Amino acid sequence: MSCWETVQAYAFRSIGFGENLLPKSDFTLCQQVTLIGSGLIWNIYFGVLALALGFFLAVGVALAKSSPRALVRKPAEWFVFVFRGSPLFIQFFLAYETLQLLPKAGVNVLGITVETAWTTRAWAGALFVLFLNTSAYAAEIFHGALKSIPKGDLEAAEAFGITGWQKFRRIQWPTMLRLGWPSYTNEAIFLFHATTLVFFSGFPAFRQMGDALYYANYFADKTFNPFVPYPIVAVYFICLTLIVTVIFAAVNRRLNRHLPSNVRSRIRLRPQFIR
Amino acid sequence: MKTLLLATALVALSGAAFAQDVVRLGTEGAYPPFNFINDAGEVAGFEREVGDELCKRAALTCEWVTNEWDSIIPNLQSGNYDVIIAGMSITDERDEVIDFSQNYFPPAASAFVGLSADADLKGTVAAQVSTIQAGYVAESGATLLEFATPDETIAAVRNGEAAAVFADKDFLAPIVAESNGELMFVGEEVQLGGGVGLGIRESDTELKDKLNAGIQSMKDDGSLNALIEKYFGPETKKF
Amino acid sequence: MFAACADPKTIEGLTWLSCYLTSGKHLDFYWSFVTVLLLLAVTAPAALAMGFLGASAARSRLLPVSIMGKGYAAVVRGVPDIVFFLFFVIALDQGIEYLKSLAVCADHTWPWQGLEFRVCPEAKVPLGASSAFWHKAYGFGLAVFTFAIVFGAFAANVLYGAMNAVPKAQLETAEAYGMSHGQVFRRILVPQMWVYALPGLSNLWMILIKATPLLFLLGVKDIVYYARELGGSKTQAYEYPHPDWRLWYFLGLLVFYLIFTKVSELVLARLSARLNRGQATAGGEALRKAGS
Repeated sequence: MSCWETVQAYAFRSIGFGENLLPKSDFTLCQQVTLIGSGLIWNIYFGVLALALGFFLAVGVALAKSSPRALVRKPAEWFVFVFRGSPLFIQFFLAYETLQLLPKAGVNVLGITVETAWTTRAWAGALFVLFLNTSAYAAEIFHGALKSIPKGDLEAAEAFGITGWQKFRRIQWPTMLRLGWPSYTNEAIFLFHATTLVFFSGFPAFRQMGDALYYANYFADKTFNPFVPYPIVAVYFICLTLIVTVIFAAVNRRLNRHLPSNVRSRIRLRPQFIR
Repeated sequence: MKTLLLATALVALSGAAFAQDVVRLGTEGAYPPFNFINDAGEVAGFEREVGDELCKRAALTCEWVTNEWDSIIPNLQSGNYDVIIAGMSITDERDEVIDFSQNYFPPAASAFVGLSADADLKGTVAAQVSTIQAGYVAESGATLLEFATPDETIAAVRNGEAAAVFADKDFLAPIVAESNGELMFVGEEVQLGGGVGLGIRESDTELKDKLNAGIQSMKDDGSLNALIEKYFGPETKKF
Repeated sequence: MFAACADPKTIEGLTWLSCYLTSGKHLDFYWSFVTVLLLLAVTAPAALAMGFLGASAARSRLLPVSIMGKGYAAVVRGVPDIVFFLFFVIALDQGIEYLKSLAVCADHTWPWQGLEFRVCPEAKVPLGASSAFWHKAYGFGLAVFTFAIVFGAFAANVLYGAMNAVPKAQLETAEAYGMSHGQVFRRILVPQMWVYALPGLSNLWMILIKATPLLFLLGVKDIVYYARELGGSKTQAYEYPHPDWRLWYFLGLLVFYLIFTKVSELVLARLSARLNRGQATAGGEALRKAGS
């Protein structure tokens, strides 16, 4: 099988298209790069969706956590505490154990039968756990950022009669994002890395459709040589991380654009060593 | 702290005089009754007894090491232990990178277990990830559901995630026997692999010869069959 | 442990439970908590030191040093820790033994023959005849080193950001007072940067705590390994047969991790209050108003 044929057969294997059986012989570099790259689709799917949805929940929770009212503050504090305080794989395990308790035949809601089988599948169950997990971590970051807002900024705003929603919208919100952004970048990177745990210690792989690490594991198991497939995953993830960093750095530049160049908080990668 | 550490430390100390003869045996410790960590925290099971007996017959000082299954062959080749004794079936793929001794356990049968006799073996079948059974299910056309540990595959059948689980019959038998009729064998048994052998580095021919001689002598005097019967019951295939 | 536990299959109820919970394997389980705490206690300063080195290097005026510092943070940060652990430790182990073989072996054939790695017995680390203790200690050391490299990269990134966050005016003032570059770094930059670094570092600490289950991949048996081992269903081949109890063990771990996190948070909050004191931020202002 030529390399191009391999790519055609396996490039979308992780989402169920192409050749049904995984390679049984040869285990060429081309096969490994293609299949592991195919698995990366899952990592990107989990990472992007969890981050995108989690951002909004995180901001809400961060604000709730800064609220003076205990009724609002306490639930937010507990949410952050539980999800930041326990390892991801325990969350996966407990979520899986809970979800598979749902009746297999579906739940009857107001006469309509709602399917439940899909909830134990990785694409839904694991995504849900990752979403809550990243929300908790990001909420803590934004909460910390809210507290680090220079008091002069807030006093100046009040002196200009900017209060309430206006104060939040125009002073606190942009400053919170600006101050929290470098840590949030780290969190985003961590989240993408955490997606490798989904099939490793969390959810079962269905029809041999798994993420990058799942396929790397498959090849390491078949070739008995960990020094090829795992570095391939590593290279893929370095690229993915670079892309995430570049995107987040662009946002960071935008958040800092009003500041003189020497006080901007920088997270950007210097391009020299990439060239 | 515990007897095992002390015992192995003593063994290691006495072995220091003839350093060459310390042979480290690598096992997984999670595959009863072949090998498992018993309630005292020591490696136990069929292979513990076979290994200790082989070391005695070959006059080797042995030490037990546990290693995760996924990296058990790379760590052998890296020299972190000298022998794999972990219920490893002899397959052509593995034989290409390491050497096997002659088998000390006959080719094992794999079997399906489900909740009812008419479980759909072409439906969703659970298996442990990266086992020969997982490969077999994928090829059979059934929908393969892969779990990280064997426990989870059994749990998946119990809670209805999978119609059946496919694994080594010797691993499943005690679970079925103790399930009070909840679980049962379904369909036909399948023969996979060429029996269980010791994995040795290809360059360690001397060690391989010693161990082969040991296994042969255990087969000849019937002590191996006695051990198989002790751990796997009287109905298991013997030599 | 107790005399009553000699034959576990005949006892029941609380006696059974007390025997079960004091079996040798459970004692190993309790010890593994100590292992994890010890590893954290060693790794955290090591990672912080790596991070500090990385961040200082990244700020260096010498281009090669600065590239090294930034490259380290960028590359290691890019790889999921789990992937790193799956191959790096074996490579590290082989690398150490190769270097040692250059010094102690008479025969210098290339050790990598196909997939097999072979050096003379004298070059093994630790030596084949060493006691199990040394094998364990060596494994532990490799684990600490690997953890420090991985988390050092993240710490480097946080510290680098924190160093840049210290108001430039303060550094310029210090220079105007005639301090040298090193003095500015030691007296102004380093003491001031912690308040900016603390949120990031405490996040990192939380992540480090929760990365300990990965120790199993490095051959160190941690609490999660034992919870999985002990919780899995046990047939009659074991002294204490029981069904699948992983849920209870994992709930136990959950409680442990939550308590550990809570304690960490309390300590970090104190530290944060201490560092915020006198800082011109909203947090510092809140402290001033509270009169603390």
